[in-house]
Amino acid sequence: MIPAPFTYHRPKTLGAALRLLQTLGSVARVLAGGQSLLPMMKLRLAAPAHLIDIGRIAALRRIRAGGGRLRIGALATHSMIESVPAVRRWVPVLAETASTIGDLQVRNLGTMGGAAVHADPAADYPATLLALDAEFVLQGPDGARIVPASEFFQGLMATALRPDELLIEISLPTAQRVGAAYMKMPNPASGFALAGVAASVALDGDGRCRHVRVGITGVASAAYRARHVEQALLGQEPTDEVLAAASAAAADGVDASADLHASAEYRRHLARVLTRRALAAARDRRRSGKQGLPSS
Amino acid sequence: MATQAHGMGHAVKRKEDARFIRGKGTYIDDIKLPGMLYLDIVRSPYAHARIKAIHSEKAVAIPGVLAVITGKDLDKYGLAWMPTLMSDRQMVLPIDTVLYQSQEVAAVLATERYIAADGVAAVEVEYEPLPVVVDPRKALEPGAPILRQDREHKSNHIWHWEVGDKAAADTAFREAAVKVKQDIYIPRIHVSSIETCGCIARWEPVEGKLTLWMTTQAPHAIRTVVALVAGHLGLAEHKIRVIAPDIGGGFGGKVPVYPGYVLAVAASVLTGKPVKWIEDRMENMQADSFARDYHITAELAAQKDGTLTALRVKTIADHGAFDAAANPSKFPAGLFSICTGSYDFKSAFAEVDGVYTNKPPGGIAYRCSFRVTEASYMIERMADIVAHELGMDPAEFRLKNFIPPEAFPYQSPLGWTYDSGNYQAALRKAMEKIGYADLRREQAEKRKRGELMGIGISSFTEIVGAGPSHTFDILGLKMFDSAEIRIHPTGKVVARFGTKSQGQGHETTYAQIIAHELGIPEDDIVVEEGDTDTAPYGLGTYASRSTPVAGAAGAMAARKIRDKARKIAAHLLEAHEDDLAWERGKFYVKGSPDRAKTIQEIAFAAYTNHPQGLEAGLEAVSYYDPPNLTFPFGSYICVVDIDNGTGEVKIRRFVAVDDCGNIINPMIVEGQIHGGLTMGLAPALYEEITYDEDGNIRGGSFMDYLLPTAVETPRWETDKTTTPSPHHPLGAKGVGESATVGAPAAIANAVIDALWHLGVRHLDIPITPWKVWKVLRERGVTE
Ligand SMILES: Cc1cc2nc3c(=O)[nH]c(=O)nc-3n(C[C@H](O)[C@H](O)[C@H](O)COP(=O)(O)OP(=O)(O)OC[C@H]3O[C@@H](n4cnc5c(N)ncnc54)[C@H](O)[C@@H]3O)c2cc1C
Repeated sequence: MIPAPFTYHRPKTLGAALRLLQTLGSVARVLAGGQSLLPMMKLRLAAPAHLIDIGRIAALRRIRAGGGRLRIGALATHSMIESVPAVRRWVPVLAETASTIGDLQVRNLGTMGGAAVHADPAADYPATLLALDAEFVLQGPDGARIVPASEFFQGLMATALRPDELLIEISLPTAQRVGAAYMKMPNPASGFALAGVAASVALDGDGRCRHVRVGITGVASAAYRARHVEQALLGQEPTDEVLAAASAAAADGVDASADLHASAEYRRHLARVLTRRALAAARDRRRSGKQGLPSS
Repeated sequence: MATQAHGMGHAVKRKEDARFIRGKGTYIDDIKLPGMLYLDIVRSPYAHARIKAIHSEKAVAIPGVLAVITGKDLDKYGLAWMPTLMSDRQMVLPIDTVLYQSQEVAAVLATERYIAADGVAAVEVEYEPLPVVVDPRKALEPGAPILRQDREHKSNHIWHWEVGDKAAADTAFREAAVKVKQDIYIPRIHVSSIETCGCIARWEPVEGKLTLWMTTQAPHAIRTVVALVAGHLGLAEHKIRVIAPDIGGGFGGKVPVYPGYVLAVAASVLTGKPVKWIEDRMENMQADSFARDYHITAELAAQKDGTLTALRVKTIADHGAFDAAANPSKFPAGLFSICTGSYDFKSAFAEVDGVYTNKPPGGIAYRCSFRVTEASYMIERMADIVAHELGMDPAEFRLKNFIPPEAFPYQSPLGWTYDSGNYQAALRKAMEKIGYADLRREQAEKRKRGELMGIGISSFTEIVGAGPSHTFDILGLKMFDSAEIRIHPTGKVVARFGTKSQGQGHETTYAQIIAHELGIPEDDIVVEEGDTDTAPYGLGTYASRSTPVAGAAGAMAARKIRDKARKIAAHLLEAHEDDLAWERGKFYVKGSPDRAKTIQEIAFAAYTNHPQGLEAGLEAVSYYDPPNLTFPFGSYICVVDIDNGTGEVKIRRFVAVDDCGNIINPMIVEGQIHGGLTMGLAPALYEEITYDEDGNIRGGSFMDYLLPTAVETPRWETDKTTTPSPHHPLGAKGVGESATVGAPAAIANAVIDALWHLGVRHLDIPITPWKVWKVLRERGVTE
């Protein structure tokens, strides 16, 4: 559990970090909280010759609300997401999601940007970021571009980020009044999701679903949106029966993964059960106006 | 602050915690010596392979890498193999064949820890894979590849061991009205102590002296083993010093000798420099001794009214590539013969066969007194199965079949003499505390609504404190233990023991024993263990033996001191010895309590004014050979709710009533029980190491090996009954392992109890959500 030799860089500005990334090329890796990268290096599954530690770039740690969006700097830690008032107010389900990640030490160091870029198939945030229609701000040598969550997560540990880009911010819409919930069956060893479902629901004046998003992680090689479930619910009154019927499609057409802790079949089952439970909780929260916040 | 002697029964704060809580403990890896070198190990990716070549050129070319050591190098010094504690032998490094994945293949010696790791990555080994056997039953089939080509006996069968009266048991089964048979697998698990194993070997060529700092639970035995194994290289026992510093958990995993220790010693002798070797977490999990891995077939016979009559057990013990268990020599299957448990059987017969497979060696006693967990889990599972089959309440069934309190000392059909017990009292107390009758009513109502709730009982009997010298030895060394107490002129005490604490709190409990016997405040007593140059010889700490054996030695040594103190007091008080009475801390003249001498005054006199004809000084040594083992017991009751959507088992309540005889420190006992319960929860619901058919380990890191933490741990509700041991000088029994032994069956029984009405009779542990879900789906009751 000792990494191969590497050279360590600690740029103080975004510009300096981007320049380093460009000059060093593919033998360099960005280091944020180190909670995914360092374990891989210690197992020598990754052996970058250079590490660019972006941890001192204060601008990347900011969280701001305004203009109908909440903008979260890539370096915001899981603990910050869990506790910062703006997040708890505008996107409580993101705070709820963060609170289920790993353990306290991991949450104090790990960053949402790092988790998103790492795109572990069992990571928690991707489900919620999909359910919240998050946007990713990627900065390269030629400026910034914005990629929606549904295009950002592309496959097993693969994202839309290019090698010369940094993820600098994740932004979320705050205008729509939704009820949302994250439900997860954790792998008891690591805390990662055997299956995790984020659901977000907005209701119209008649109490019918005006907007539904279901993001599912842990089940397949990448997090996905359960569009069959979403479509089945649009315009419907979300009774328990309706939710149960719609949730049955949560894993339709999905190539579910199998490992030591869950077969593909069990994962698909968990996706359906947790989808129903997350949707029911989201509905109840929308109706009652009470969000399921983690204790801060 | 005035200090006083508390003695037995007081929740004295742990003396050792002052340094542990402040991070001032000294563990192996905290020790750094000038000029120290580092050793790291190349390990096999294959479970069975011939080594065609080892190329070390690239590694040696790295600046700072000093040497790559192979099995062929060691063979020149007769060190390629080492003996195990079970009369088997184990490779230190292979000469030509590896027998399990992660086995040591070569060692790299370097000036720095990180360079050693780079060296390991640069060693290239050519392997020719060989057929792999992971299932011990297949290993016994004719035509199975023979794994241990070094043995004369060309078979994967290691030994057969049996106990009991087979004919009587067979007759009882023929005549029985009720018979129940069940296959039970107790999976391979790992102790996973927080501190991994490691050592520093320092060979001083001029003095010819070896100092070995080592994570060992048995420092004295290690010293003797080193002298016996390496005597031909000039290592003699008076010039070997083994020091076990603070240890971060042992649980049986730090009893055996691992190849890394031998390699560090060899490398130090080779270079004349100190050499450090510390395992990383994955090496610890993947290559160090495992525990359990018992394939059991158990049968119970009973009368129609539920009276148990006979037990038959047949077990295949998977020992991996070498039998590296750490049992007493005469007990290849440990104390598995405690498997009649808390019940009064007329006859019983147990047999165990040890088998080699392409897996890491071991069979250690993971927080249990040698296979007692396996035995207890089996009998407690079986008791529930019979009770359910007969339609009897599992509590009622147990109360009916328990050995009655008046039957103690009780002679078990498998040869043990249980010292004392009152099983009914413990179970009744647990039932009362948890509200058993109400829970059964609630369960019946829930069942009508399709909700799954279960109640599980485990009424275990332990056997700890090995052991009497007529029966117990390890490599011929009798399993006594020792204490040496020295009282200084000012009445302060240094006491040294042959055991070695790994978290059990010996520095406090031993001080309390001495305080109890001599009336000297615990604060005035320093307890030392683990340094073979200073402590008296003892067999170490495992199998809950410290209090039963070394603790008893402490009491006996203190009593010797008291005898001498009486003589000195008589001299000081100008009275006859027989006219003196002892009250904790002082002798006084009977009838005139004012004429008294405190133990401190007596101690001072022992050096300043001792009576003519008596030796000066006040100290004593005791080597205590226990007349019997001690038999702690308890009753645990667990309540679970099962989520029929996810298959998750949630422990709602867990009540543990323990009886470990007279208690020295109730707080430490409670801590031991909390820890033990958590380590019993672990295999019940979470932990397992499995192998695929190529012998690749699954569950070999904390990403996959589900070690429960405080997060998964339910609230333990503990209580006690007190049935003193009649033969222990303080009436105490061991307690460190009771909960690990007793808890798994309570949890498993609760889960099966929740599912019995669905036709579920048994599930092997760990009972994971996935496993439960599969059963629920088969029965058509999932969400
Ligand atoms: C014990 C443990 C338990 C865990 N449990 C969970 C869990 O339950 N759920 C869960 O979701 N996760 C879990 N994790 C993973 C954790 O959430 C990590 O923090 C996260 O995956 C990575 O974030 P980081 O800041 O540590 O990134 P790092 O490890 O520093 O980096 C991860 C990857 O992202 C790249 N990167 C990081 N930041 C940027 C950026 N701004 N721009 C471009 N590239 C970047 C790095 O180069 C690297 O490839 C666990 C981790 C551990 C160690």
